[in-house]
Amino acid sequence: MNFERSRSILLYFGGLTELAGQTIRQTFRRPFPVELLMVQFDEIGVRSLSIVAVTSFFIGMVLALQATYSLGSFGADIFVGPMVALSLVRELGPVLMALMVGGRVGAGMTAEIGTMKVTEQIDALRALAANPVRKLVVPKVVATTVMLPALTLVSIALGTIGGMVIAVLNLGMTPHFYWRSVVTALNFRDFSSGIGKTFFFGFAIALIACFNGLRTTGGADGVGRATTTTVVMASISILIMDFFLTKLFFLIT
Amino acid sequence: MTTEATNSRREFARESGERRQHVRDAFVKFTDVHKAYGRKQVLRGADLEVYRGEVLVILGGSGSGKSVTLRHMLGLEAPDSGRVLVEGEDITDFSEQELYRVRRKFGMLFQSGALFDSMSVQENVAFPLREHTDLSAEERVRVVAEKLALVKLAGTEALMPTDLSGGMRKRVGLARSIVLDPQMILYDEPTTGLDPITAQTINELIGDLQSQLNMTSVVVTHDIQSAFSVGNRIAFLHEGVFEWVGTMEEARRSDNPRLRAFLEASAVASAKPL
Repeated sequence: MNFERSRSILLYFGGLTELAGQTIRQTFRRPFPVELLMVQFDEIGVRSLSIVAVTSFFIGMVLALQATYSLGSFGADIFVGPMVALSLVRELGPVLMALMVGGRVGAGMTAEIGTMKVTEQIDALRALAANPVRKLVVPKVVATTVMLPALTLVSIALGTIGGMVIAVLNLGMTPHFYWRSVVTALNFRDFSSGIGKTFFFGFAIALIACFNGLRTTGGADGVGRATTTTVVMASISILIMDFFLTKLFFLIT
Repeated sequence: MTTEATNSRREFARESGERRQHVRDAFVKFTDVHKAYGRKQVLRGADLEVYRGEVLVILGGSGSGKSVTLRHMLGLEAPDSGRVLVEGEDITDFSEQELYRVRRKFGMLFQSGALFDSMSVQENVAFPLREHTDLSAEERVRVVAEKLALVKLAGTEALMPTDLSGGMRKRVGLARSIVLDPQMILYDEPTTGLDPITAQTINELIGDLQSQLNMTSVVVTHDIQSAFSVGNRIAFLHEGVFEWVGTMEEARRSDNPRLRAFLEASAVASAKPL
């Protein structure tokens, strides 16, 4: 790796950190852009619901099928419910939702801000004495940080129901027995660790997406490249962060 | 008092009198501005003064640093070395927050209009009013209608930027940049890519804004016809320095070889029969 390349990587992380600082500072400056935030809640949260619902339901069903197979060899298939629910709450719900939202919402954000950058709209904002971080980045980062945990909760609920469908149809369990076993197995620590991670994921996804958008150069081609970078970077950082956050939550709870 | 002293005082008075005639009130002043992007040196010691109330045309080939010069006036870019003064205030080291105050003296018309795609014409033009004034919604509608009429686009409030032609976008952009009644407007290639009639409308608008509202203007262009129809003075940018600065009349008579070549090449191009 040559000098130029390591320098540009360092500059990238420097820029990302600086944007994080500016975003946090601008978030706490009055008046808060409530109207813009509502638009983002709708865009990020409400409009992701259908994709989250479909994928989660199927993930739950697959988990139940696989659990039946692996637990069945020990004659332990009555534990399908806890296995599905624990996997979803602790790991799969948060990470898969972060990856889905990172792909859907992150790419959209980079494309939007990147297009604004290459068509001089970001410069126009600055020229009109309006802060682009405040107008564009803050609503997106705040909305994603709030909405990703909410979507993850929805995902966990629907995934567990998906698992129940398989447990009932394949194993002949009663829905009541399935729910009892799930509720008994889960405790608050599972949720705090699982959902806790998603706040960090949401913040990181939106921040990376906005940063890549703001540094876009060179027309439609550049917007395309920036969007790809966002999806790749967001996915990688989610998986890397997941390891360290899991470790951290094991330590503090 | 010795004759020598009297003489020298007289000398001084005469000199400063002369200087007073020549030194007009500079709204924007560049001193030895350098700017590079990566390895590409764009401005290499640019010196320039823009006087209050004039229309200054910045001429130059593609990539000579014309747009970069405009961006420095607004503080959208900071020079690597050299100073930029706005109304005598050195803005070179200002933070983004301090620059917001300075930028409110300016309006800028971007090359493609730079309208916000997600907003209607009304919302676009009203944007600076929402940001920086306490006007009520009705008052904003009134001001926007007034400015749109000024750029001859009355009644287009409800349209979206994607519904507009290139010339209309530029005019909406112009309406947005004058909505707060700035003291100075910067035009980045206002007539590039427009048909001659629309270009003429824009040229007339630039003239009207100067004569009626006494706005100082800087027009970046490589359209010589437009330059001569709107400008009071020309600054010719070549390889990152203002190689020649003077009035339109002086430009016609100038014997600077590069300026001559530039003017003649465009005269030939524009005189070509269809």
